[in-house]
Amino acid sequence: MSLFQRHRNILDFALSSLVRRWKKNLALLLVYTFLVFVLASVVFFTGAIKREARIVLSGAPEVVVQKLLAGRHDLIPAGYAEALKKIVGVSAVKGRLWGYYYEPATGANYTLVAGGGSQQRRGTIAIGQGVARTLQAARGDLIPLRGTDGTYVSFEVDDIFSAASELVSSDLIRISDQDLRSLFGIPDGYYTDLTLKVRNPREVFVVADKIRRVLPDTRPVLRDEILRTYDAIFDWRSGLLLVIFTGAGAAFIIFAWDKATSLSLEERHEIGILKAVGWETSEVIAMKSYEGIIISLVSFFTGTLLAYAHVFFSPALLFEPVLKGWSVLYPHFQLVPHLTVYHVGALFFLTVVPYTVATVIPSWSAATIDPDAIMRL
Amino acid sequence: MPPRKSNIFVAYVVLNLVVFSLVFVHAHRENESARPALREKAILVERLQLTDLCLFTDARYARNPSMADLHSPFQDSPMSMEHFPSGTILFPPGHLRTP
Repeated sequence: MSLFQRHRNILDFALSSLVRRWKKNLALLLVYTFLVFVLASVVFFTGAIKREARIVLSGAPEVVVQKLLAGRHDLIPAGYAEALKKIVGVSAVKGRLWGYYYEPATGANYTLVAGGGSQQRRGTIAIGQGVARTLQAARGDLIPLRGTDGTYVSFEVDDIFSAASELVSSDLIRISDQDLRSLFGIPDGYYTDLTLKVRNPREVFVVADKIRRVLPDTRPVLRDEILRTYDAIFDWRSGLLLVIFTGAGAAFIIFAWDKATSLSLEERHEIGILKAVGWETSEVIAMKSYEGIIISLVSFFTGTLLAYAHVFFSPALLFEPVLKGWSVLYPHFQLVPHLTVYHVGALFFLTVVPYTVATVIPSWSAATIDPDAIMRL
Repeated sequence: MPPRKSNIFVAYVVLNLVVFSLVFVHAHRENESARPALREKAILVERLQLTDLCLFTDARYARNPSMADLHSPFQDSPMSMEHFPSGTILFPPGHLRTP
């Protein structure tokens, strides 16, 4: 009998053996598939959002300079811009005006930003989709905003940011520089913070060091740090993801350990009979390996495909309640699928390999015992 | 004569491999078609000089984690040490963790 034919027969026997204990194996399959599904969902979600953050925030300011007062973020005088312009390597300095606005009627927090490159007319605002949803506002509507002096000023909505940009603009209200100053009571000659352009990107760290020396009461925040912030937020090691991983990982280890340390009496008898009728130890181990491979492959395929559909075709139901948090306003966004061979390979080696190995070890120890001794158990 | 179980299993594996290939093709095509939307977001970030994604709006340090300072969690109220669950997912930015 050829090697191929022999292994085909062993595979047939392994499948029949799994079908014979279908209730136990189905339960195993469901738990295993759920574990793979959770792990794959986390891997796909974090991979996609980290990639999107990297692409979208590549246009963020190279350096943001904040003034600190008693350890807190304070308004920065425009005069600081002059000192920063003198630093070798700095090509441009701009003032940023922005702030947070709490809307008591809805309980939502908005982010107000001043015009930027496009000129926002006085008395008008552009709002994000999230703001439009919470206020039920449309183009042409008037929205009253409460100033620091307690009076309400109405602004006409002249634009609504596109739904496609919701990941960055959901809670934004774009307003003119003068309106933002009068609403928040920011005096002329002050900004929320300053942004810098550096001629040679490789000099950013040197420029940041010079900023700390020239203006010791400021803190430079580099674009690289901003990007790393998002890597850290959605890193495998962080926060809730760690909790999910620890829970799933611990469950899986217990599961695999249980499998590795115990073969049921029925399974031991089966091995004994197989050995008694002439099966070799290597064939018994191959049969048990096939059982492990079949269970893990089915779980891997089903769990991974379900996770892909969960993250990229549905609104990621598992993560949505977490991302919503306590906030009133939360963005609606659909992540762009990001799938690499590395992701799938990592999932495969994290799930399929340990389980298969765990099933082979007890089979090997049982297969090497005398068949007569096993059958007498 | 019913098909052999091994044949059914091999066919199942092949079918799944085909579906996996289709998933890779889908991801690639979606990436291509999402390029204009990603570009639009990047342009908005550049034009308004934004620094953060709008993921959590329940606290200032959660809305703009990269702009947060060390005292951020306590700014909203003395009892407000954490906004759950955003605070659980958010890791302090690297520049706040290094001395």
